[in-house]
Amino acid sequence: MKILVFVKQVPDTDDVKLDPKTGNIMREGVSSKLNPLDANAVEAAIQLKERYGATVCAVSMGPPQAEDVLKKALALGCDEAYLLSDRAFGGADTLATSYTLAMAAKKIGDYDLLLFGRHAVDGDTAQTGPATAAQLGIPQITLASSIDVQDGYVICDRVLEDCTQKVRAKLPALVTVTGEINTPRYAKPINIMKALKKPRFVWNAADLEADTAQTGIPGSPSSTKEVLEPPKRNANTKYFSGSAEEIASQMADMLHDEHLI
Amino acid sequence: MAKEDYKGIWVFAEQQNGKLNPTVFEILAKALELKAHTGENVTAVLLGSGVKDLAPALFAYGADSVILADDPNLAQYSARPYQQALTQLSEKYKPSILLYGATSLGRDLAPRVMVSLKTGLTADAIDLGFDQDEVFYQTTPAYGGSILAHIVILEARPQMATVRPMMFEPIQPREGADGELIIETVSVDADADYEVLATAPKQDTGDSIEGAQVIVAGGRGIKEEADLEPLKELAALLDGKLAASRPLVDNGWLAHEKQIGQSGATIKPRYIFNVAISGSVQYQVGMQNAGCVISINHTKGAPIFDISHYGAVADYKTVIPALVEEIKRRKA
Repeated sequence: MKILVFVKQVPDTDDVKLDPKTGNIMREGVSSKLNPLDANAVEAAIQLKERYGATVCAVSMGPPQAEDVLKKALALGCDEAYLLSDRAFGGADTLATSYTLAMAAKKIGDYDLLLFGRHAVDGDTAQTGPATAAQLGIPQITLASSIDVQDGYVICDRVLEDCTQKVRAKLPALVTVTGEINTPRYAKPINIMKALKKPRFVWNAADLEADTAQTGIPGSPSSTKEVLEPPKRNANTKYFSGSAEEIASQMADMLHDEHLI
Repeated sequence: MAKEDYKGIWVFAEQQNGKLNPTVFEILAKALELKAHTGENVTAVLLGSGVKDLAPALFAYGADSVILADDPNLAQYSARPYQQALTQLSEKYKPSILLYGATSLGRDLAPRVMVSLKTGLTADAIDLGFDQDEVFYQTTPAYGGSILAHIVILEARPQMATVRPMMFEPIQPREGADGELIIETVSVDADADYEVLATAPKQDTGDSIEGAQVIVAGGRGIKEEADLEPLKELAALLDGKLAASRPLVDNGWLAHEKQIGQSGATIKPRYIFNVAISGSVQYQVGMQNAGCVISINHTKGAPIFDISHYGAVADYKTVIPALVEEIKRRKA
């Protein structure tokens, strides 16, 4: 079985500020990390590998420094890493990203299962997984909270708004996983060392034989026109103050007036 | 084909088991506002099998017309047949705008339609409108919600977005409203490669934050899991539920269903306590309709205070246990 797990490097912060002069996002001094739900996808892939045997390929699209998250994926147990890096990939929306990822999947070839985290914490679209499945014309299971592979099918539980489902899709298929699916392991130092010896590939647009009209900014129908600071609202907030006990007492008075206690 | 040739505002009328998702009515209300601006008609697109009876409700809530594709292969939702059907209809009628609820189904389907139509799709919009240049935009919180972005789809059509549930109020249903019902035939294949093996109603653990009247929510400022205990106790004393902003879910202390905000639940409790939550937009969209907002944060300028009725600039570690004791004392 060959499993492709797609990982993304994201800023290690929720608190991004705008440059008041340019209106651009200030990235200086913000470190990066593996998107948390992608860690769940990697863990799911490694568990399937441990149970049934598999080759697990970690794939990331990003600038050269995105290699860090691929090294991490290798240290966690992935076998090969593929970095898709080209200026022509920059500024991609989910359509262009899914095209690029699908081209990489085709080039790696012979895949049985593609795994994604449900969403990335920076863009938060949850679109790249299903879009990649559509690019490849394969079935998908989104929001998987469990995963197993049997007789050529991937079988997952899904937790939806008002029900849970057990579904199966014929391989090759794509699955996006939620945080409930597992608890990602930590990489052992020895495995971090070993990871450096595992095969790592860097592919650009030409390597993928990608049509650059479909990647990056040219391939992205959507764009950000404006970024704004959230509007401030004047709520006429009534403040409690004093010692903790005094604040607690004023709050309790308010809760009493509101008939909550 | 020029983008000017694309006309009309479409709303995907999500239904399952013959029941329309409430988000459809919310989006129809917003679509009527867009119609007031452009003058283009609002069309609900209904896919399923034996679902014709749902059309009157769509007219009542604002649709000028309903396009119905009734096909046995659309009886149960499955991504690929729905993708095929919607793609065919969109290619035939060429709407300018196509909106979906940002539900689990809508978010499963819309990205696939995006690929087959090669157009743009904005995720989880919290607002829609036309800017000073008459360009249709979708508002989404970005970068964890510390900023808002206006996303535009300048050339490709239809301009698509999934729209977050509970953002808009449905209109009062127009009694006896009627419209044009267009019956369409689509050519879709059954998806033999995808099968729902079993469906079970969600186990009601009595722990759901949706529908709770009182919520005590903890956020990033809480550094130890044990520090959640007083929040749990406060929730229990007020007959409420414990919830969280994303950081506490990301680090595994609470289940995803306890998460309030853009990538979690949208709730409307009567009372919400925000404890050590700074109040990113991403969080606020999940709770901004709460009746009474009470916030405790040690940072005076935290954005959460801008939307709070009551606030305390203080350390939750001392205030919450003190409040728990005070409530116990008064109840005794």
